[in-house]
Amino acid sequence: MGKRDGITEPWGTRTPYGPGEPWPVRVDRHLADGLRPDEVDRWVRSAAVLHSNGDGLDIAVKDGRIAGVRGRADDRVNHGRLDPKDLFAWQANAAPDRLTTPLVRRHGELVAASWDEAMDLIVRRSRELLDEQGPGALGFHTSGQLFAEEYYTLAAIARGGLGTNHLDGNTRLCTATAAAALKESFGCDGQPSSYTDVDHADVIALFGHNMAETQAVLWSRVLDRLAGPNPPAVLCVDPRDTPVARAATLHLAPLPGTNVALMNGLLHEIIEHGWADLEYVQRCTVGYDDLAAMVADYPPERAAEICGLDHGEIREAARLLGSAERLLCTVLQGFYQSHQASAAAVQVNNLVLLRGMLGKPGAGVLQMNGQPTAENTRECGADGDLTGFRNWANDAHVAELAKLWNVDTARIPHYGPPTHLMQMLRYAETGTLRFLWVSATNPAVSLPELNRIRSILDSPRLFLVVQDAFLTETAELADVVLPAAMWGEKTGTFTNADRTVHLSEKAVEPPGEARPDLDIFLDYARRMDFRGNDGEPFPQWHDAETAFEAWKRASAGRPCDYSGLSYAKLREVSGVQWPCTPDSPEGTERLYTDGKFFAQPDYCESYGRDLITGAPMEPTEYRAMNPEGKAMLKAAEYLPPHETPDEDHPYFLINGRTIHHFHTRTKTGRTPQLRAAAPEVWLEVSERDAAAAGLAEGDLAEVSTPRGAVRARVRVGGIRDGVLFLPFHYGYWDTDHPAGKDGDRAANELTFTDWDPVSKQPLFKTAAAALRRIGAVPAPAAEPVPAVVDEEVVR
Amino acid sequence: MKLDLVLRELHRAETQLAEDLLKTSGRHHAEHEIHHLARDLAGWSAAHVRDLARAGRAHGLDLAEDVPGPGPLEPLRTALSELGGRRPEPGVLLLTDLRRLHRRAAGVSLDWELLAQGAQAAKQTELLDLASRCHPQTLRQLKWTNAMLKVLSPQILTS
Repeated sequence: MGKRDGITEPWGTRTPYGPGEPWPVRVDRHLADGLRPDEVDRWVRSAAVLHSNGDGLDIAVKDGRIAGVRGRADDRVNHGRLDPKDLFAWQANAAPDRLTTPLVRRHGELVAASWDEAMDLIVRRSRELLDEQGPGALGFHTSGQLFAEEYYTLAAIARGGLGTNHLDGNTRLCTATAAAALKESFGCDGQPSSYTDVDHADVIALFGHNMAETQAVLWSRVLDRLAGPNPPAVLCVDPRDTPVARAATLHLAPLPGTNVALMNGLLHEIIEHGWADLEYVQRCTVGYDDLAAMVADYPPERAAEICGLDHGEIREAARLLGSAERLLCTVLQGFYQSHQASAAAVQVNNLVLLRGMLGKPGAGVLQMNGQPTAENTRECGADGDLTGFRNWANDAHVAELAKLWNVDTARIPHYGPPTHLMQMLRYAETGTLRFLWVSATNPAVSLPELNRIRSILDSPRLFLVVQDAFLTETAELADVVLPAAMWGEKTGTFTNADRTVHLSEKAVEPPGEARPDLDIFLDYARRMDFRGNDGEPFPQWHDAETAFEAWKRASAGRPCDYSGLSYAKLREVSGVQWPCTPDSPEGTERLYTDGKFFAQPDYCESYGRDLITGAPMEPTEYRAMNPEGKAMLKAAEYLPPHETPDEDHPYFLINGRTIHHFHTRTKTGRTPQLRAAAPEVWLEVSERDAAAAGLAEGDLAEVSTPRGAVRARVRVGGIRDGVLFLPFHYGYWDTDHPAGKDGDRAANELTFTDWDPVSKQPLFKTAAAALRRIGAVPAPAAEPVPAVVDEEVVR
Repeated sequence: MKLDLVLRELHRAETQLAEDLLKTSGRHHAEHEIHHLARDLAGWSAAHVRDLARAGRAHGLDLAEDVPGPGPLEPLRTALSELGGRRPEPGVLLLTDLRRLHRRAAGVSLDWELLAQGAQAAKQTELLDLASRCHPQTLRQLKWTNAMLKVLSPQILTS
């Protein structure tokens, strides 16, 4: 049994292994101070909820309280390992400022109320608006952190109960482009590859994906390959000098907003040098000629000039990609939250398709997620598509859903794509959306241009319901606040970025009157008296397991097929990948192994969109373009970003994440070790730019855009010249700033409102900013917090 | 031979479309997707205008290569759009603007069709190439305006 510092050694002890060998097991554990494993009352099965990796773990329970966690040795995802957030953030469940009763706004103040009072207010307002304006007045903004049962229920209530088109997750900010890119290339969402491809790959290319911090346990897997025999080569594309960049064989640091130009340059070389697998392309894809014609205009010299790179670097990267025998590509926010997000992410799909690197061990693409349960938001239909990856533009799919729910087809809005979050907020801004129910997310910190967002959420025209475990910056603006149970306090399933489904069981009681999100949604449905066509209450389920069974039926026959799963099975096996059917009871490791796709016109989830304009394609167009349902190569030209540096604002400003925090720190900021590890917002500036601004390490600086200004201590280095970086996690709940006032801490004070026309994902990595030194202000003394954890390598 | 007439008319219509896209962008500053996309798509039209002007020289035409700027009223349009940005009424104006853009793009599309037909009959390969290159982008502009009308109208018309 070894020990390590869970903060300073986030990836733990190396367990090297070679290609094709099983990844060794290493069990990580952290228990409350002084508690020994043999004193734990119960270990309760769950998985990690503070990133998208889906690490299987057990929750330790002592005297009715959560008292620690232990990685599951038998889990296919993590083989026992846990990352810093997994190891420590369980402590936030017991934070003293949990919400324990509903709150309602009276005379401008939020005051405690009973559940009946709070729900009556919500129901009364819902009915008024339905009578006055219809379902278009009501909208729902949910999360990437609830459970599948909860999203499915919310989707049923919103679309089948109320009949509103306005339902979207905060997955719009983290993973909408992953879904969009998969739909564009494969006709349907669904992660093609598996984490196990890391075990086999000879080249791993990470595009805008700081895996070391966003999926730390998967990065341990990569590090173990790098430490073993015949290690893979690693290509990193990131303007920052991340831990991935430092481990990489080759690091390209393009200017923000130029990913499409870079990808077109790489694809140009792949085609030019004959590295494309034309047999695969011919057999499995459509669209090659258009793509080849497009990228012919992007020789490395041109791409290099746009991206601020050396053309030799692009050639070298292309050679690495072109000569790989087992190429694994991964993509995350550096592409998804950047200008031309979907067009760029689609080019990564094009890369693996051109090279025929799909559906075999070590070869494929992982369009990653940001949040633990984002996959469920997508598949259950709580964001841009209908339940079960159904196609809103396919009347047969809508009819199928109506039959499942036993409601009229006309009840389910399908006259256009489901309304995305940024559009919902625009409707709220103009006063035509007048009721917004936010669950388990914090738009008052997470969305771009916060001054605007606050003014929308705070408007007296909007009735705002916030359902959360804490009084977040968003909850402070609400008319009604509903206290929710958290992970470990309720039962449900969730699915990670490689389609692995885990069951997360209730370990302890929620505090006070807090209730599971599922119970709250169902309570609303009963009070609204939604009925199916048979007159029975709708939704037809009443608890987590009946909701799961209903969801299984809704998923059956669709790509995300859960029909072979059950709570009983998930209690036996630690993590199963969908599709899991009676025919494939152990799940499915890789999709598209036979070169067949979910893209047939009658089956596909989406007919696709124009990569530049975002206009949806018509069913007839799709049928003509792709009658046999092959994979689709789609080309896009580079367009300059909508805000670029100028004389007054000479820097590119991007924001992103750190390993120690998740989203807006509602949990990680209430975890002593994580809080101590990253207590305050900081600004990354290159050495050259710091010198030009007279900034030294630790100085306080002000970074500003036309939207606002943020003050942060400077970290010098670790980023390319001309680019500044702020972590986005820091809001105001733990400062003196009263909520609703403009602050100078949240990175999103500075972002501007723009979104990708295809995925509708807002952009966080496109802004022009100015920088100035404020002075050398001594940092507050750091309080050391012990962070020792146990780790046991099983040989 | 009346191809010069078609070129002249196409150049006029394409210039007008670029101007209208820019105006729409300016007038709907608070509608972020419209604002940004209309500007991007005006870029396509501006490139078409330039290519048409160059092609016109061989046909004895002296056509402007550049689309006139948005003019002195642009800051006023932006300020007005921001003032009205929190009210529902400009929604109808937005639909009207999209509808006009759509009709404008449809006219341009027909002109490209005419040019392509004439160029084929007259064996004017360069003009045919020009039409083959530009017309698809006009069709995408047309689909975009149609799509935005389809997406935005239900909320605007029912509130």
